[in-house]
Amino acid sequence: MATHIAPTVDGEIPKPQTKQIWVVFWILFGITALEFLIAFTVPAGTLRTIVFVLMTIVKAFYIVAHFMHLKGEVKALAWSIVLPMVFVLWLIGALLKEASALFEVRF
Amino acid sequence: MATTAASVQPKGSIWNGGESPLKASYGKLMMWFFLLSDAFTFSSLLVGYGMIRSSWQSYSGTIEAFKFSQEYWPIPEKVFEAFPGMHALGIDSAPLVFVGIMTFILIMSSVTMVLAVEAGHRNDQKDVERWMLWTLIGGLTFLGCQAWEWSHFIHGSSMAMNAVGNEVMGASLVANQYGPPAFADLFFFITGFHGFHVFSGVVLNFIVFYNVVVGTYKRRGHYEMVEKVGLYWHFVDLVWVFVFTFFYLI
Repeated sequence: MATHIAPTVDGEIPKPQTKQIWVVFWILFGITALEFLIAFTVPAGTLRTIVFVLMTIVKAFYIVAHFMHLKGEVKALAWSIVLPMVFVLWLIGALLKEASALFEVRF
Repeated sequence: MATTAASVQPKGSIWNGGESPLKASYGKLMMWFFLLSDAFTFSSLLVGYGMIRSSWQSYSGTIEAFKFSQEYWPIPEKVFEAFPGMHALGIDSAPLVFVGIMTFILIMSSVTMVLAVEAGHRNDQKDVERWMLWTLIGGLTFLGCQAWEWSHFIHGSSMAMNAVGNEVMGASLVANQYGPPAFADLFFFITGFHGFHVFSGVVLNFIVFYNVVVGTYKRRGHYEMVEKVGLYWHFVDLVWVFVFTFFYLI
């Protein structure tokens, strides 16, 4: 809502303000290109996986904060969307622990 | 804009309390909470994938020496190495190139969507039309790419042994040439569920595009509907960012 620009008095359409959008696009594009570079140059391993996950979270932040304008919403709304994802972190932890137990049983 | 209207006429307040909770309109707030629940669904699929995958042996060797086997989880460079018409061009392997293009298309359509939202803020109908159309084209192109990718994945390119020692080619929910049956199952479920979201997004985008063209939102005085489908469309892009990392990179 805060981003709404009222038309000028004489009904003229205001000029587009798209600089920020393209900055975010180049950030997303750059990170994805870097991911490809890493995928082909760095051998697979835990460290590479962690780097990939971190880069993904950075991309997710830019999409949610800028493309979905969550940054422009009130704090309470932003937190009510972001905080419940803590449950997902718990699920990841719990199931990865379960996975290593399964691995032990199988192999 | 809604809050300004409410302060002028107290009786016409949208949420009956004089001011909308969290300063968001009803539709936008509900879209956010729907997306949160959808994020849980996708998370459970991806976390399940992570669990099943890490409870299997992973391949440790050079990419060149890799052979499809039931012993270990396949590596993405060898599964997703096809590109339409690549054999005609004399190329045998183009690992991750096709999925890279798909990722680019989806990010691009997310950019055109946010440009449509921006044009909506300015009440610029022509610009909204133009960017919504590009978003639709991007979504349809992505769906086409995914159809090709699925078709290639299902038909397969070589024979390999399945778990009970029979030769299989391609993939089904029962067996596949790439590795453990769970690999193809998860591929179908996760990219399929995402693809279905893209499809619904294209349908919603088309309805909104139609309304923009016939001037529904111009008469209404605001383009909030574009913002709402925009939220959904960005979410679809967001999920793809995660699917891309976990299925194609790691």
